[in-house]
Amino acid sequence: MELTATTTVTRPVEDVYAFWRDLERLATFMAHLDDVRTTGPRTSHWKASAPFDTTVEWDAEIVDEVTAERIAWRSVEGADIDNAGEVIFAPAPGGRGTEVRVTLRYDAPAGPLGKAVAKYFGEEPSQQLDDDLRRFKQVMETGEVVRSDGAPWGKRARKEFPQRPAQPLTEDEWREIQA
Amino acid sequence: MKANCWVKPNKVEVRDVPDPRILNSRDAIVRITSTAICGSDLHLLDGYVPTMQEGDVMGHEFMGEVVEVGPGVDASRLRVGDRVVVPFPIACGACAACRAELYSCCENTNPNAGIAEKMFGHPTAGIFGYSHLTGGFAGGQAQYARVPFADVNPLRIESDLSDEQVLFLSDILPTGYMGAEMCDIQPGDVVAVWGAGPVGQFAMDSARVLGAAQVVAIDKEPYRLSMAADQGYATIDFDQVDVRSALLELTGGRGPDKCIDAVGMEATHGAAHIHLYDRLKQATRSESDRPHALRQAIMACRSGGVVSVIGVYGGLVDKFPAGAWMNRSLTLRTGQCHVQRYMRPLLDRIERGEIDPTRVITHRLPLAEAPHGYDIFKNKEDDCEKIILKP
Repeated sequence: MELTATTTVTRPVEDVYAFWRDLERLATFMAHLDDVRTTGPRTSHWKASAPFDTTVEWDAEIVDEVTAERIAWRSVEGADIDNAGEVIFAPAPGGRGTEVRVTLRYDAPAGPLGKAVAKYFGEEPSQQLDDDLRRFKQVMETGEVVRSDGAPWGKRARKEFPQRPAQPLTEDEWREIQA
Repeated sequence: MKANCWVKPNKVEVRDVPDPRILNSRDAIVRITSTAICGSDLHLLDGYVPTMQEGDVMGHEFMGEVVEVGPGVDASRLRVGDRVVVPFPIACGACAACRAELYSCCENTNPNAGIAEKMFGHPTAGIFGYSHLTGGFAGGQAQYARVPFADVNPLRIESDLSDEQVLFLSDILPTGYMGAEMCDIQPGDVVAVWGAGPVGQFAMDSARVLGAAQVVAIDKEPYRLSMAADQGYATIDFDQVDVRSALLELTGGRGPDKCIDAVGMEATHGAAHIHLYDRLKQATRSESDRPHALRQAIMACRSGGVVSVIGVYGGLVDKFPAGAWMNRSLTLRTGQCHVQRYMRPLLDRIERGEIDPTRVITHRLPLAEAPHGYDIFKNKEDDCEKIILKP
């Protein structure tokens, strides 16, 4: 499965590249990522949520990078799900900041886990990546993921509808989003 | 706190809901001192805007006192104790749209942008109390509201102007003004305004201050037309006369130079069979909006003129007169108001006495009577033009 998405961020290419290159920050805006930990100059350990309250983990390595232009990574031997990604940064015309293009590839395993992964991404898998990039843009441009009363969960995207009503959170709900 | 909540089509109810809290670091909490019911709230009441849910707090025109600010709010821009008017579109101030002062098209403030994008091609800004399509933000017909990006959006009121003088800076005064500004009014221009509701009245006042030679109000409610006539504007009752003929008569056969649609998707047509056609298409969901005012404005406008649309449309319209628009070199301009762009200059005009926003207020009700307010406003009972609610 291959997903692509793109956005434009009103920040210089160097800033946008530097933010992404600190891979640990990806978990702050990518919905399915629980945690990314840097384990070396080019290696990292990724943990993602999977269906049925399970998690999948893998080690990844950066296989190609050009400062302020491109980062490409892929999972190493032994990953629960083989996957790879690439992000390309380019100046937007007219001084409008940086165009960001992301490609993610997943080789879902055969069998029940593969089916569950496909189901997890739903009928429109690229929608999730689009939303991830929207949150990336929010973080780059405004400093954080924007929350509303109907969608107060930040990057913890839930099935979009029905949402909770657009009215202030109860004490319990508020504690839950602080956690 | 008490808040006026949407329950189902044609039903709102004042309920007890939790008090709002800071959810993002640049939020503020505002204790609301005055709020209003907007004509566009009736589209929600009537069930024409999708993605409303039971319990959604209504209202996008409100002002009050800042009682709490998040840790990220720039203290030079906003502090606890400030008296503020809050604009209805929520803007981040940092994206390309905000930098171009297109605040209602902000790219960052709608957490449900994915849905808006499917309907509109590109996402639009978050709006208070205006469905989940515009973000699912609780509105301001309540005792308190959470205001995101509080150091970007609210306008501080430092003079002793009353709430009633400044409240409408939140929406309807800038919306009416933008409608007139988009007309690029030249000396001698005749400006016709469809809809003599509060936004239409402010579009007329704005056309006057921007130099229109004559302003024409088109409506069917006698009290709304007489409110316009009191300001010296010509009036046309579309239930009594053919609008296009009356406009030709008023303009020596030229047609109005500039036309403003201050009606939007729930227009009524004077000819019953045409109204029924669009009403049926809307009811069967084969058309989401009834565009009578827009069609009429395009047909009436003089060649080379401007049709400026500030009435709200939500989806698709049928029988759009593209031939008239194209062959007669008309310019169509529109937008949800970029309120933040106009608040300061319009506050100056209010202070100088050039525009008196209080002239449209006909009813002052306690928040508890909001459902009654929606009833009389929707049904145009008791000569209802504009309702202010006091929490």
